Amino acid sequence: MTLGMSLARAIETGDVTVLPGRRDEDWRWTDLRGLVREIPTPAKRQPISGGGQFGGSNPIVLAGGGFDGVIADRSCGGESFVRFVALEGSQHATLGVDIQEGAQCVLLESHEALADGYLSAVDLDINIGRGASLTRIVLADDAESGVNVVTATVTLAAGASFAQTILTTGAKRQRFETRVTHPGQDAKVRLDGAYLIGDRRHADFTTVVTHAGPGGATTQLSKGAVGGQGRAVFQGRIVVEKGADQTDARMGHHALILSDRGEVDAKPELLIHADDVSCAHGNTVGNLNQDALFYARQRGIPEAQAKAMLTEAFVGEVVDRIEHEGAREICRAWVAEKLRGLA
Amino acid sequence: MLSIKNLSATVADKPILKGLTLEVPAGEVHAIMGPNGAGKSTLSYVLTGREGYVVTQGSATLDGEDLLALAPDERAARGVFLSFQYPLEIPGVPGLTFIRTALNAQRKARGEAEVSAPEFLKRAREVAGSLKIDFEMLKRPLNVGFSGGEKKRMEIFQMAMLSPRFLILDETDSGLDIDALKIVAEGVNALRGPDRAMLVITHYQRLLDYIKPDKVHVLAGGRIAATGGPELAHELEAHGYDRWVA
Repeated sequence: MTLGMSLARAIETGDVTVLPGRRDEDWRWTDLRGLVREIPTPAKRQPISGGGQFGGSNPIVLAGGGFDGVIADRSCGGESFVRFVALEGSQHATLGVDIQEGAQCVLLESHEALADGYLSAVDLDINIGRGASLTRIVLADDAESGVNVVTATVTLAAGASFAQTILTTGAKRQRFETRVTHPGQDAKVRLDGAYLIGDRRHADFTTVVTHAGPGGATTQLSKGAVGGQGRAVFQGRIVVEKGADQTDARMGHHALILSDRGEVDAKPELLIHADDVSCAHGNTVGNLNQDALFYARQRGIPEAQAKAMLTEAFVGEVVDRIEHEGAREICRAWVAEKLRGLA
Repeated sequence: MLSIKNLSATVADKPILKGLTLEVPAGEVHAIMGPNGAGKSTLSYVLTGREGYVVTQGSATLDGEDLLALAPDERAARGVFLSFQYPLEIPGVPGLTFIRTALNAQRKARGEAEVSAPEFLKRAREVAGSLKIDFEMLKRPLNVGFSGGEKKRMEIFQMAMLSPRFLILDETDSGLDIDALKIVAEGVNALRGPDRAMLVITHYQRLLDYIKPDKVHVLAGGRIAATGGPELAHELEAHGYDRWVA
């Protein structure tokens, strides 16, 4: 993988001039060049115990980066637990995920922090074989002072499916970027996410889905809530290449702003070069329904609790779309807990 | 129970209530009737603390406690319940979850123990049965996609579950057919008691055939223009409000 202008390359080389910044169109709302003045020393690796957010047994733990992990699942029905643990300093971890033909796998991924002021870059290289499926569920619990950029490059074969849900509370700067090469040919992609952003936190969901062949489907639902002086960024791009007819793509992004100083920047893009396609996108940013809030308070629910309840219901639509029952309930509880801190 | 003295309030700087005085003792049901724009709904929102309804003078107390100084949820915990003219839809929150959250929040505010889930469900089944509400409906997001009549019935359901002390019914009859009206009225009547009082706001006398008031007040021009017994409602039905509208 070529690192280009990226946090990973800056960490590898110690050179801050290769950081992307606001002059780069795709990074203008998530400026790293202006934020990071120097690259801290590489993190010292340390043993980490426990199962992480998903409580899985034998998780792959990538703490402090510096080495590659590989999941090569040749069997069916596998659940893999991966924990990315940020330590003090800078770190770059990579993970290859190779799902063989016909296999059905679930990747339960958590991002955690054991330090402040760290830089972390994570690259996942995901290949999903013919007729195989991968569900990727991410819980991101970064430190308020941390910087974390997680990039997943996903390639699907014909008839494969990829379903992703990312739930995050952001960081000082945080970005989840997902780049999907979609072959069409009955392959299916679902890219969902929810952000719960408070304080001075920042989260960025950037997705690029390139439909390269005919007959593919993509559905996207991102929702979130921003309080405090938080900032959320959504950049969703769907490219339908010439000849990728019968592509069916739907993209939705809906945000709630809970405070005067919260900010949401959204850029949905459909770039369509084929004739016979069905593509749609919807984007809304608003406040909590004040009438509903008064109604709940009139019934005796205190303001903070009422806000959390209505926000949880709003974001809950994303959680409801998680098919893996165990993970769905863990995610639901996680969202409820984080919202108590936000409202 | 409820004591309102010389109450004035504005909405968007426009005076709506202009020195309203009203006493509703415990155990009584009072009806408030009046023409459109008289301030009936404003009164209900001022008493429940809705944002944008600004009290400029006067007082409102419940058993001597200053209601106007309390937040909306604190007033609810003291037993003030408003059945909304237009109940809100709450997407993503099942009716039962909403009501149990409200009930336990009120109990917590009063220093009482939470109601357990089995206890709550048992009571919910009983009340739903008496109001002819399909229990499955209570598992759906509150009021979402419900008809006007179903929403009104859900208001009475919530009222019965929360068992408030002071009830305000704002145009509860609107949107109800005669069968639904009877069911709702029965639900309301079941809550009548020596420790409770009610304020029934309505346009029409019809509702008062089913919820018999002890007193009827005419609200016109932002104040109580006349007070009488149930016969006043019939008189209004026959002659309209012209006498009191300047």
